Amino acid sequence: MAKLAAVVGIGQTRYKTRRGDVSIAGLVREAAVNALADAGLGWDDIEAVVIGKAPDMFEGVVMPEIYLTDALGCNGKPMLRVHTAGSVGGSTALVAASHVQSGMFKRVLTVTFEKQSESNAMWALSTPQPFSVHLNAGAGGYFAPIIREYMRRSNAPYDVGIKVAVKDRLHGARNPLAHLQLPDITMQEVEDSMMLWDPIRFLEACPSSDGACAMVIAAEELVSESPKAPAWIRGVAMRSEPTMYAGREEVSPQAGRDCAADVYRQAGITDPRRDLDCAEVYVPFSWYEPMWLENLGFAEPGEGWKLTMSGATSLDEGGDIPWNCSGGVLCSNPIGASGMIRFAEAARQVRGDAGAHQVEGAKLALGHAYGGGAQFFAMWVVGADKP
Amino acid sequence: MKDIAIVAFSQSDCLAQAGAANEVELIMPQLHAVFQQVGLNNAQDVDFVCSGSCDYMQGAAFAFVAGVDALGAVPPIKESHVEMDAAWALYESILKIRMGHADSALIYGFGRASSGELPTVLSQQLDPYYLAPLWVDTISLAALQARMMLDQELLTERDMAEVVARCRRSAMNNPHARLSGEVSIESLLAEPGLVSPLRKSDCAPVADGAAAMIICTVEQAHEWSVPYALLSGIDHRIETHNLGMRDLTNSVSTRLAAQTAGVALGPVEVAELYAPFSHQEIILSRALDLKNDTKINPSGGVMAGNLMMASGLSRIGEVFKRIVAGEITRGVAHATSGPCLQHNLVAVLESA
Repeated sequence: MAKLAAVVGIGQTRYKTRRGDVSIAGLVREAAVNALADAGLGWDDIEAVVIGKAPDMFEGVVMPEIYLTDALGCNGKPMLRVHTAGSVGGSTALVAASHVQSGMFKRVLTVTFEKQSESNAMWALSTPQPFSVHLNAGAGGYFAPIIREYMRRSNAPYDVGIKVAVKDRLHGARNPLAHLQLPDITMQEVEDSMMLWDPIRFLEACPSSDGACAMVIAAEELVSESPKAPAWIRGVAMRSEPTMYAGREEVSPQAGRDCAADVYRQAGITDPRRDLDCAEVYVPFSWYEPMWLENLGFAEPGEGWKLTMSGATSLDEGGDIPWNCSGGVLCSNPIGASGMIRFAEAARQVRGDAGAHQVEGAKLALGHAYGGGAQFFAMWVVGADKP
Repeated sequence: MKDIAIVAFSQSDCLAQAGAANEVELIMPQLHAVFQQVGLNNAQDVDFVCSGSCDYMQGAAFAFVAGVDALGAVPPIKESHVEMDAAWALYESILKIRMGHADSALIYGFGRASSGELPTVLSQQLDPYYLAPLWVDTISLAALQARMMLDQELLTERDMAEVVARCRRSAMNNPHARLSGEVSIESLLAEPGLVSPLRKSDCAPVADGAAAMIICTVEQAHEWSVPYALLSGIDHRIETHNLGMRDLTNSVSTRLAAQTAGVALGPVEVAELYAPFSHQEIILSRALDLKNDTKINPSGGVMAGNLMMASGLSRIGEVFKRIVAGEITRGVAHATSGPCLQHNLVAVLESA
């Protein structure tokens, strides 16, 4: 049986196009120092550090944990580096939690980051490989046809993605850390923005951000040593499937459905829309909100877009199941950290510490991340109440 | 805490150049070998899978993603990856088993270092602002460390040559070795320098390939009715990246890890050490406080062939093999990462 563990500290940086004021070490340290301060702890209280980020080629530093040891106060401690594609922020949180849930550690620090301004993610993803078709596509080009297929199957109106793009930016305007600050954004403005990868318009895509996110995870007996309310970890799950195989369901991948079923079972959730108070879900392109609403069981297949259009996922419209109150990946996308930001923002909600984007009385929240060709999934459910 | 049993291990030949073999082709034979040892069909028969690799070896972002194709991950599996030697994938798998979310795990590591010039590629592990722009390669940094050892009279060049000669001799019994054979200390010392004081023979020959392992709870090992070795202790520690702030002649992180892993709690019959340079084997054996009766690197160690991203896991696998063969009852394995032994993992294995 897993030992009880809780998030007792959360630290983030401000997300921006370019954090030229700090080095990579300075960036991760900023998030880590914020998390320690939030937890009322110092470096000596940390037993191990778990770090994650997306491909090393995004900054051009091979296995950067080696260089970041000093910045994260890790000398003489265990340090582990996780890399599971875009889901890495979530996976890293899960690996950090397993340090405590296994009973092998009492308190760990986990940090994820990306400093996208150091290079160009699209080109880093497009290195030519022997015996493979060469793609200069980036993630948007990869996901656009899958979104088209969702539109075809569901008969969703063309402006569902536009609605999500507006909703998440209005959420982000409540979050001072969010990269994009677009409080006056309109449906028309999104619709008029340049088409990047049909049907994904410029304003329906996530930005490229610099930033880092950190959390302190503690064992049950140490939770009370931190001053603020904890976020108890109620369920953890990860799933992977191959990028391609005959008959693969790419619109609603089975790995995502299985992962959700696993994490819900652990947290005692039978109806996610009713049982959860809010969710932070990895939506890098607007249409992924209705697609994940279905994949995660918040709506029946083909019905996700109706939830979006009804305002059910909007904080501003008083929806019953707000998604991405922080503004989500559509507002801030330091790739390697984006998954952990989802996990941390879910924790902020149940700690009652989410500031202007707080969902009133939130007790149970889902954090979600996905990566690769929508084939790697990491999820956790956190709660205000001790299980 | 739950006891961890190692039940299967396999590694590939250490190839100077794996040619056109892709990730899947490197990994598959090792997966089949470990499945066969336990009587499993595929990755669906274990509860968790974790791998170790480095994108910069293959020169591709997400190089590990292709590895998933070797697993038969349909239906989806619980799977994770570390951008480290697979010895750390083993560590993550142990956490998963101890938290009760898995009873068994498949671990694998792979690398094709021949795609680039490894010592130069690894220079980009260094501090990107102050050190990486100098392109100081791993051999030069190791040479700096060896020079300090020599200057402080902590070893001689003959000691280093003895390590090489012993490893090459031991590797004659290792069918996967890239380098093996009888070689005299005099002939080694007569070799020209590569990066002074290191000769080419002091540097482990880099190899392409893969290794795989299966671990589980003791109950699961009994259910499978397979011989196993107990992993009685494991820990890993990292040290400062600032080489000038570290005593390069000592490995403090290895000492710390050895203490937690419980190396000194019993006799060490065999020690498999991941020492990519001859003088580092001496630093490590001192840090582990090994006595004269410990057989060091009976497989030839990485001097027989350094499978990047899998060599650490292979050291653990080599000790496992000797325990289940009944040759020994207790041994120590070590893995390393980073320049000049910055990060070290120590594992203690015992017979069941």
